[in-house]
Amino acid sequence: MNTAYQIVVCAGIVPDPLQTLEPVTGPSGPALKNEMMLPSVLDPWAGHALYEAANLARNCPGSKVWLVSLSPKVKLQQVMMTVAQKAPFELVPLDGPSSGFAEAAEVAAALAQAIEAIAGLDKSRLLVFGGWESASRGAGATMQMVGERLGIVDQFQGVDELKLHPDGSLEIAERIEGGRHQISRCAGLPALLGWATGNLPEPKNNPQTGMANMRGAIPALQKAKPVKLAGDGLSFASVALPKQLRETKIVRNAAPEDIAKEIVAWIKS
Amino acid sequence: MTGSPNVERPSMDADVVCVGFGPATAGFLTALSQRLSEPNAPPLESAVAPGLPPQVLCYERADDTGFGVSGVVSQARALRASFPEIEKNGIPMAAPIGEEKVLYLLDPIGASRRSIALQLADECVRAFKSALRFKREALELPWTPAFLHKRGGMVLSMGQFMQWVGAQLQSQGTVQIWPGTPVSQALINDKNKVTGVRLLDQGVDKNGLAAEGFTPGMDIHAALTVVGDGPVGPIGRQLDECFGMPPDCRARDWAIGMKFVVDLPADTPLKPGTILHTFGFPEPEIFGFLYTHPDRVVSLGIFVPSWFDSPVRTAYRYLQHWMLHPYLWRLLKGGKLRSWGAKSLAESGRAGEPQLVGDGYARIGEGSGSTNVLTGSGVDEAWATGVQLAEAVAELLKAKQPFTKENLEATYVRRRRESWVDSEARAAANARNGFQHGVIPGLFGMALAGLTGGRLFIPGKSRRPWDRIPSLENYYRDRIPEAEARAIRDDCYARGIAAHGALMDRAGWPAIPCDGRLLMSHQDALLVGGKVNAPPGYADHVAFLFQDRCRQCETKLCVEACSGQAISPGADGIPNFDRDKCVHCGACLWNCASPSPEDSERSAISFRAGSGGLHSAEN
Repeated sequence: MNTAYQIVVCAGIVPDPLQTLEPVTGPSGPALKNEMMLPSVLDPWAGHALYEAANLARNCPGSKVWLVSLSPKVKLQQVMMTVAQKAPFELVPLDGPSSGFAEAAEVAAALAQAIEAIAGLDKSRLLVFGGWESASRGAGATMQMVGERLGIVDQFQGVDELKLHPDGSLEIAERIEGGRHQISRCAGLPALLGWATGNLPEPKNNPQTGMANMRGAIPALQKAKPVKLAGDGLSFASVALPKQLRETKIVRNAAPEDIAKEIVAWIKS
Repeated sequence: MTGSPNVERPSMDADVVCVGFGPATAGFLTALSQRLSEPNAPPLESAVAPGLPPQVLCYERADDTGFGVSGVVSQARALRASFPEIEKNGIPMAAPIGEEKVLYLLDPIGASRRSIALQLADECVRAFKSALRFKREALELPWTPAFLHKRGGMVLSMGQFMQWVGAQLQSQGTVQIWPGTPVSQALINDKNKVTGVRLLDQGVDKNGLAAEGFTPGMDIHAALTVVGDGPVGPIGRQLDECFGMPPDCRARDWAIGMKFVVDLPADTPLKPGTILHTFGFPEPEIFGFLYTHPDRVVSLGIFVPSWFDSPVRTAYRYLQHWMLHPYLWRLLKGGKLRSWGAKSLAESGRAGEPQLVGDGYARIGEGSGSTNVLTGSGVDEAWATGVQLAEAVAELLKAKQPFTKENLEATYVRRRRESWVDSEARAAANARNGFQHGVIPGLFGMALAGLTGGRLFIPGKSRRPWDRIPSLENYYRDRIPEAEARAIRDDCYARGIAAHGALMDRAGWPAIPCDGRLLMSHQDALLVGGKVNAPPGYADHVAFLFQDRCRQCETKLCVEACSGQAISPGADGIPNFDRDKCVHCGACLWNCASPSPEDSERSAISFRAGSGGLHSAEN
């Protein structure tokens, strides 16, 4: 495994999953109430992609990770305060909307353009990573369109595992229905992988990594290219949160069968 | 939790390392960043990275900037000095102060514990209500002294303000702020010099022992350690234990502040900037506040002080009764909880001022005794102390002088002593002493001190919190027979829950009519409002150090007062701690009925560095 990979991770930001979200209609269409005031995190699906990329780069000397993000730069900068401690990468920020109401094709076009503009990009060594879906929109379309625009035909979605073979081929486990995985063999690069959860835990914070990342990230954020998404032809028939009924109960160390019994009883009721 | 001393730890060098990103550190970093960015000023150079500006790092425990701090009304003198056009900076939820009212709330239920003097006062108010500004069981005071007003100031959401400041600082690129990174201890060498800090171990079990993914906390060496970790911060308390408090200084008076941020109904009469202060209900010792933000949002809450001598002083239940007071409920009915939080407040003010500086360290903010206990103002003062330290640091860096105790005394402490922060704190120092005797002497004492610039006050000697907590039986002696009170408590503890709910029910407090919007279970407030969370891989930060004392303790105030229901009765009398629910308010630190056998100024509970807590940035 001596290939030096160029790994580009596409990652948006989303409101911290613990926040209470409320859709509202703003002057430019649907939006989330107080979205800019809510704390944000790296999209969890893309987060897994970043951790996998960092792990791959660590195991393959000479490899490098870029993190390309289309997000409001003030919020992205805030997210970087936490994410930058997790793994070494070079940030490629695009200053624009990151909500679930942005049009996937436009987002993909902006991301692909930013990736093409990375100096020294060598597609024969390129792996494009991203989230299979997004926490702000479950369409799962953006990464496919990024790949199409970059001319990458080997695409895999719902990836949980990537193995690299000495002959340069890739072995990829994709989620399929029934809780099983489909194993594919890909002859070589470039390839695009939309990650599901992968198998790696969230890396621990490393202050040195954070400092090194931020030395490059802050100037990059200051120069972030503004991206305006036109949203032409986009309309929303309706926007609503799923109906939900909260019944809080915090119980520790309950046996799985007891939890199952209680859920069944609740459904029957 | 400091981890094993034998573990090989990575280390890193910086010039200045800060502990905690609260208002004081934000003021410090803002002033230092402004100085480092000043094009016409002589450049300052790093000692650890020659040729570069000073390397300044700040580590914050909470998972993001702006989590875990509280809403505020402030005169904003120091804030405005740093940001002259602060009103025009577009800080979310900020509003200029408008109408200010002080309300005396009568008890519409008859459940609160009022002294005879207060009962007489209530009767007088009711008898002459037609001649007074009396509405819905509340008396609007016709006049309030100037020291209680914050005219010309601002209503702020500290969460939003801190996020805004954090973004300003990061975009300058001169300092770095790292949330989600707790500091476990200050590094102190054999010459009593602070040489930096150690970050908290990651990948450990609840007892701090290495587990899967163990990553020892890094040592950050720095010429100056800036300690701004608040009133219950572990580093400040470590320094207190190591270096001692100055003579006659004791941090014995506390309060828990618990708050809601609420979306008001569309027809609310409250205008942005409107402020209400309340006292008298739900208990005479409990004070309340309501600050109105733009867009029909209010921050509201109560303060439960350590001199409220109750063994079951629960802030959450009392906060709900306070909201249901007729004067307030007519404003709040139809509103919806948006955010929730709690924090401890250092109520000793200047009387609790620790050693401000030593070799290699300086202390700023609330944990350094900067809060003005007369005016109830803390954020502006904390910010000012941070700015003063930044000016001192720039002066010493420019002169290439080391951060010795003497140099920091001559620069930082001198600035602080010459400032309005200190002169006003001196005038306020004894203002609250009267509360040691009760509410009415306390209020008179505050008025006396406020109107005479601190020359007159009602004397009173502060007592350690654990010295003044009555037994359950004694507290309820005129409401609940002793045997019944004990039986209620024992039954609750056997079921693993706090007893205050059942005891308050029995003592005449009505049940809270849950509406799922504002009136909800404590756990729902944690999830809906506080969004409380704890990342895995960190040790428990609350520990019961002397378990024999816990077994013998019948007054488990730690359980009753816990803001997040994170502490519950456990087997064999030793409380359980659930890190997932902890909001890091630090109330357990001073709501403990037992002193440490090793130091009577400390309780038997250890509140260490920990990770997680609130995930709301609107508090």
